[in-house]
Amino acid sequence: MPAHAMQQTSLKQKLTDRFVSAEIQGLLARVPKPLGSFGYDPWGYNEDAIKLGVPPVRWLYEHYFRVVAHGLENIPAQGRVLIVPNHSGQLPMDGLLIGYSMLTNPHGPRAGRAMIERFFPTVPWLGNWLNAIGGVIGDPVNCGRMLEREEAVVVFPEGIRGSGKLYRDRYQLQRFGNGFMHLALQHNAPIVPVGVVGCEETMPSLFNISPLARLLGVPYVPIAPPLPLPARVILNFGEPMRFECPVQSEDEVLARVDMVKKAIGGLIRKGLKERKKVF
Amino acid sequence: MPPPKRKTVLVTGAAGALAKRVIARLHERHNVVAVDFRRRVETDEGIPSYKVATHTRGFEDIFRRHQFDAVLHIGRMFAHESDRLRRYNTNVLGAKRLLDLCCKYKVSQVVMHSTYFVYGASPYNPALLSEEAPLKASEVTQDLVDSVELESLAQIYLWKHRKLHMTILRPCNVLGPGVKNSMSLLLSRPLAPVLTGFSPMMQFVHVEDMAEAMVLAFERNRPGIYNVAPEDWVPYQEAVVQAGCRKLPVPSVPPMLPKAISGLLNWNAFFPPYLINYFKYPVIIDGHTFRDTFGWSPRHSLSDIFSYYRKQKAISPH
Repeated sequence: MPAHAMQQTSLKQKLTDRFVSAEIQGLLARVPKPLGSFGYDPWGYNEDAIKLGVPPVRWLYEHYFRVVAHGLENIPAQGRVLIVPNHSGQLPMDGLLIGYSMLTNPHGPRAGRAMIERFFPTVPWLGNWLNAIGGVIGDPVNCGRMLEREEAVVVFPEGIRGSGKLYRDRYQLQRFGNGFMHLALQHNAPIVPVGVVGCEETMPSLFNISPLARLLGVPYVPIAPPLPLPARVILNFGEPMRFECPVQSEDEVLARVDMVKKAIGGLIRKGLKERKKVF
Repeated sequence: MPPPKRKTVLVTGAAGALAKRVIARLHERHNVVAVDFRRRVETDEGIPSYKVATHTRGFEDIFRRHQFDAVLHIGRMFAHESDRLRRYNTNVLGAKRLLDLCCKYKVSQVVMHSTYFVYGASPYNPALLSEEAPLKASEVTQDLVDSVELESLAQIYLWKHRKLHMTILRPCNVLGPGVKNSMSLLLSRPLAPVLTGFSPMMQFVHVEDMAEAMVLAFERNRPGIYNVAPEDWVPYQEAVVQAGCRKLPVPSVPPMLPKAISGLLNWNAFFPPYLINYFKYPVIIDGHTFRDTFGWSPRHSLSDIFSYYRKQKAISPH
């Protein structure tokens, strides 16, 4: 190996040795995920990037947002599954925290694969980094392929309607897309509903400057705190829901989507009851 | 069991590294005829060799002289070998002529070597593209129009002339000793351009494994369109480091800048302006249909492939 290649490897190795504990190494070793000879999967997921990403997210999870997660035993330790949470908080902090709780799940760690917005791959560094930690552009082909490869896929059916909503609409579920249900039916994947409480308060948005958002080509530009506030976050993972019977029409799909929406609504109410303090 | 019938096979692009290996594999079991538009290739005894371009009139004489059972069309003019028009004439019109002659002289099997470039590099590409994915390459650049049109043409013959038993192979990046495509020329260099902030996932197949894939496609004769790629992936910038190259960062924003730099510095052979998007966005193909249908699995790992480029640099520093 040439000298500069070794230098690069050793720098990565040094960072890993310095910041990545044996516990994290052990967790990743238990994640049921086949990788290629250089530690990558077809979407660019990379174990080394995850290892280096875990320590800062751990600090956010344990000390900043002081996350409490219930029902982690409902996430299957292996095999295909769709994790379906409500979406909020302008930035995808909820995705990050759910990903961390899945990776450190004492009942069996999983690498959560989140569906991300289509403009991310065009952003230098960020696009590749999001891919490396498990993000994939939200294309149904990607989602289907990952389920066929027995992955755990995190889908926010509200999309930007959920994350970009104003503070006055907090904890009101927005319209759900039907795509996730079609994928669950087509690939016979169970759905684990998740109720996220607290992310709404991390970045309360009073107003969305939509002309500016259109100009910048981004989904929304909120009038909100510049950084997420340290609100306490409660995650409630519900029991897996299975929808195996064939459907005859889109109305039947909608009815099933509503069942998942109701389950998530119930988990949000449970979380709100559990919450004693917002900050 | 009687030995399989000895067939007469035409292999185009005979001067190339892949065709040479295909010819070497076929030679023992079949009668091989080699052609190339670049030069008359030195071949083993018993292998007739011709220098002729497929789109010229003289090409038909070869069909008159030999009764071909099969044609393996590997010959292709690369972007760095000529201008766009000559490339179009050779690659598209030449292929059309070749296929017409195959019909006229009742050739019963054609294997076409295409490329994964036909899918096009786009930020919206899902990974593991199947053979049914739309071919978007010409949308991105006119310079790839010959690759896409060659494919479209081959597909028309595939459905219209069933007796040709056409198999189209779309391999990922073919690398290894003697290979002179853009990616191989790039990884042979001591300094390889990379776009800052972009390192798309890529797939590589060793030229020996690709030769084996072509021979299997010919001998098993299961017409259709197949991606050819191993079940392994690596980001471009990692591949550059593993191949022993130093990275030469090229600014990626605004998007016109890397194209302009490539054009100004005349990087047409290894980092051409029209391929910039392939160094920015991934085109990951799913090769499982080919692997399952033909029982093919590559013998050379990614490490084997990269170590060739590292050793090459150690032997002959530029």
